[in-house]
Amino acid sequence: MSQTAIEVAITDTRKEASADDSRPVVPAPRKKRSILVYLSIAWLVVLIAAAVFADLLPLASYATPVGKPRTTPQLGSLDLLLGTDTLGRSMLSRIVYGARVSLVIGAVAGLIGFLVGSLTGLLAGYFGRRLDSVVTLVADAMLAFPPLILLLALASILTPSVPTMLLGLTLMVIPSFIRLSRANTMAWSSREFIRAARNMGAGHGRILFKEILPNVLAPLAAFLPIIMAALIVAEGSLSFLGLGIPPPQPSWGGMISDGKDAIATYPHLVFVPALVIFFTVFALNQVGDHLRAKYDRTLHD
Amino acid sequence: MILTVVNRIGRSILVILLVTIAVVALLGLAPGSVAQVILGENATPEAVAAMNAELGLDAPFWSQYTTWLGNAVQGDLGTSPLTGQSVSEAIGERLPVTLQLAVMGLTIALIVAIGMGIASASRPGSALDRSTNALSAVFLSVPAFIAGPVLIYFLAIKLQIFPVMGWSRISEGLGENLRSAFLPAIAIALTEIAAFHRLLRTDLVGTLRDDFVAAARAKGLSSRYVMFRHALRPSSFSLITLAGINLGRLIGGTVIVETLFGLPGLGQLVASSITSRDVIMVQGIVVFIAVVYVCINTFVDLSYQVIDPRVRKVAAA
Repeated sequence: MSQTAIEVAITDTRKEASADDSRPVVPAPRKKRSILVYLSIAWLVVLIAAAVFADLLPLASYATPVGKPRTTPQLGSLDLLLGTDTLGRSMLSRIVYGARVSLVIGAVAGLIGFLVGSLTGLLAGYFGRRLDSVVTLVADAMLAFPPLILLLALASILTPSVPTMLLGLTLMVIPSFIRLSRANTMAWSSREFIRAARNMGAGHGRILFKEILPNVLAPLAAFLPIIMAALIVAEGSLSFLGLGIPPPQPSWGGMISDGKDAIATYPHLVFVPALVIFFTVFALNQVGDHLRAKYDRTLHD
Repeated sequence: MILTVVNRIGRSILVILLVTIAVVALLGLAPGSVAQVILGENATPEAVAAMNAELGLDAPFWSQYTTWLGNAVQGDLGTSPLTGQSVSEAIGERLPVTLQLAVMGLTIALIVAIGMGIASASRPGSALDRSTNALSAVFLSVPAFIAGPVLIYFLAIKLQIFPVMGWSRISEGLGENLRSAFLPAIAIALTEIAAFHRLLRTDLVGTLRDDFVAAARAKGLSSRYVMFRHALRPSSFSLITLAGINLGRLIGGTVIVETLFGLPGLGQLVASSITSRDVIMVQGIVVFIAVVYVCINTFVDLSYQVIDPRVRKVAAA
């Protein structure tokens, strides 16, 4: 499910890469940024700032009650702005500290997956032959696990905590980066300037890191926000199933799971975290799409 | 042509082998062996060792794996030590629910996505196109664990059109069955709609620029006729591929809605087996899901080559 977005993005690339003329195409003239992209960036900046400076904000602790349980959102006190949860803890504080978990997991798993996957894909796409078939085989095997099932299988043998979730989520995103990086590398390897560099006596290392990598890096990095959105959804899904971050540490998925039984009478318990996840995932997808349209030369409309 | 088919199937068998090795190895990593789970916390180490020997768990990994594989090929995925039910039997019992959910979700998604795709591709860049794209971006950002509770709140609790949770078997009447499956199917369908819409839009816009479309228009055919009779079919190949692949993925991806709505499907079985640390059950289901997924992928890939001659040419080149 979360993987669908990634899958769509990759299918686009793969289709372009396997077409008769596999050469990268010069991107279309710069598109105007839509208002949605600006709003998305604004939301992400606010969210990141709140997560980074959470300890400095005048917020109650996420673990102690600040009022009656299940108070509905109200103006006045900052702690009660988004209401309180089933134990009377401030929803705003839990959302802010939950943002830390989601963003750290999204960023760390995304970046590690990016590094490992891109490098593997680069080598496989450049050297081809044996290495390429082995790498694609392993990537195919990793993709054969539906993502949530892979995470659940890991949850069954490892106790849920931030490091084990990072491990599972990183495994989940590596094959996507491998495929993307491989497709991009193959498209660039056939260009004249690569042949020129080779004829001038450049070694594999120089061609890989000085000629191909700078071109491949931008589209892959542009893919990062989309991966982060998928990671935040995956983390939310696991926490929703009770297999994610253990309490009392707040996480958005866990908040939805806690509130869902009382949704009939206290809908804010679910709607507040649901909206925050929605805005975040939407914003990351928008920014990612925008960056991809700008930097990914294997894509063209 | 035959060579590519053999190649593709050979690859898939390799992938399946890798997957099973990985899953069986996972069992070995599990803390607290299966024997410990069966015998309880207070079992003596000797009793655990004896149980391990009886279950063949003290053998080296490769011999364990080949024994397991031999049984699995004959359809025996082991027996749950906790419930005494055989894994294949449990899967057979739960699969129809999951399959129905996945098929219903995909059907809804395809119908909506084709409508949206046609609407936006007719005039790329128009207000209709932009609003449809925005809608699809919204759908893409609504994971099932958000869509589920929100749908329950508005359609089941406020309007009371659908049951809040529970499952009615087809034997209890088709109407009731569909009613109980509808909300979960929608919750699954939302992200799929977005994915299908994007893909179909890109392909349709491309096809509509082709010469044969211009020729059809020049003949004086109406836009509607050109769209449905000339453009839609050649544009829907990748859509069908994606739908096929996602059917495989959804068989493992309905965990969330099954737990939320209390549906007796495969996903719920995985989730409950994980909570009760029933590793044999988890292993059997994970292998089953992965194998089904690989088989569907292979089948889709191959049939794609049969349907669309252009793919054959590219693959041969």
